[in-house]
Amino acid sequence: MLVLAGENRASGQSRDGAIQTLAQVGDADFEVPNGASVPAYYALLASRYLHEHGLSEADLAEFAVLMRHHAASHPDAQLTAPITVADVLASKPIASPLKLLDCCPISDGAVALVVSSQPSRHDGHAVALTGAGQAHHHQHVSAIADTLDMGASASAQRAFAEAGTGLADVDYLAIYDSFTITLAALLEELGVCPRGGSAEHLRSGAFGVTGATPLNTHGGLMSFGHSGVGGGMAHIAEAYRQLAGRAGARQIAPRRRALLHADGGVLSAHVSLILEQRA
Amino acid sequence: MSTSQLSKPFTEGLAQGVLRYQRCERCGAAQRLARYACTACGETALGWHDARGTGRVFSVTEVKRAPTDAFKAMVPYTLVLVDLDEGARLMGHAPAGLAIGDRVHASVITLDGQPLIRFDPV
Repeated sequence: MLVLAGENRASGQSRDGAIQTLAQVGDADFEVPNGASVPAYYALLASRYLHEHGLSEADLAEFAVLMRHHAASHPDAQLTAPITVADVLASKPIASPLKLLDCCPISDGAVALVVSSQPSRHDGHAVALTGAGQAHHHQHVSAIADTLDMGASASAQRAFAEAGTGLADVDYLAIYDSFTITLAALLEELGVCPRGGSAEHLRSGAFGVTGATPLNTHGGLMSFGHSGVGGGMAHIAEAYRQLAGRAGARQIAPRRRALLHADGGVLSAHVSLILEQRA
Repeated sequence: MSTSQLSKPFTEGLAQGVLRYQRCERCGAAQRLARYACTACGETALGWHDARGTGRVFSVTEVKRAPTDAFKAMVPYTLVLVDLDEGARLMGHAPAGLAIGDRVHASVITLDGQPLIRFDPV
């Protein structure tokens, strides 16, 4: 089965057109008329997150810096110039507490995957898709019943149950990162790190290329780029390459099992996959 | 029924300067947005009620990049999610500097003919 997605999100529309598209995502009667848009919805979650955990914008900024660092080693990444936490904090305000560098860019791109009942004949390890799960608790930000239980955990538990494995056996993370807050919220709800502890976990080195659970080694949506459906599929392509041992110059130490997790909407539509290396 | 038809008591209420929300006639749960069925118990008998307009700020953002020309003229503007005392959660505009946890009271403002909720500190 061929899974293919490609879009010219950057060159195929004007910047204002893209922003207007993102402004139609909310509830048509309760949210959109307010002049809100996708960054504002995620910003509302980010302000609540920082408030609940007593964290700062510098904590969220760490994720943008890490994604940029990882993108630098990928030849197809969109944004590769190194950035610092100070750069993120000084970047153009979009919707507080999110600045430009807390947000993914709008990108052109395409990704193709071949999913087969037969193991790959390519060089490297075969990689099996062993579990999949979904959860859909809400559609719009105003309707989120519990910001600590938005569907990520329920989705991942279904995928882990199908795969007959658990988070403790995961040694690679491919997590949707539309905004810095997306990563923090997902990593914590997935149970990768304690509530409010994802930035501290990052600073410990766990998500780096030599860490226990490297995260988005292609640079994620925030720096590899976000071309719509292809943007999320790039996480799968990178997880596959790392597990298969086909990541070339950016190959990390052998990995056995990846957790992939993505959301659509405003942390609304959750999907998780488990990829495992076969001998 | 389109969602806009479902939301009609809310949008018509706003045009009259009244905040309305749905409540389940079986379990009493206040709904968020407009619903066909209760998100707590599944009951389809939901009644619309006038809210007092008082509540507490759940989250806040100051928007610097507006999606449309009408809002570009307002930049920067503050958006909040407010938990009404009746239990519903509503998005609205607010003055700069409002913080999470602040007590607020709603009024209705009009921008380009569109009625919008504005929350001010009590």
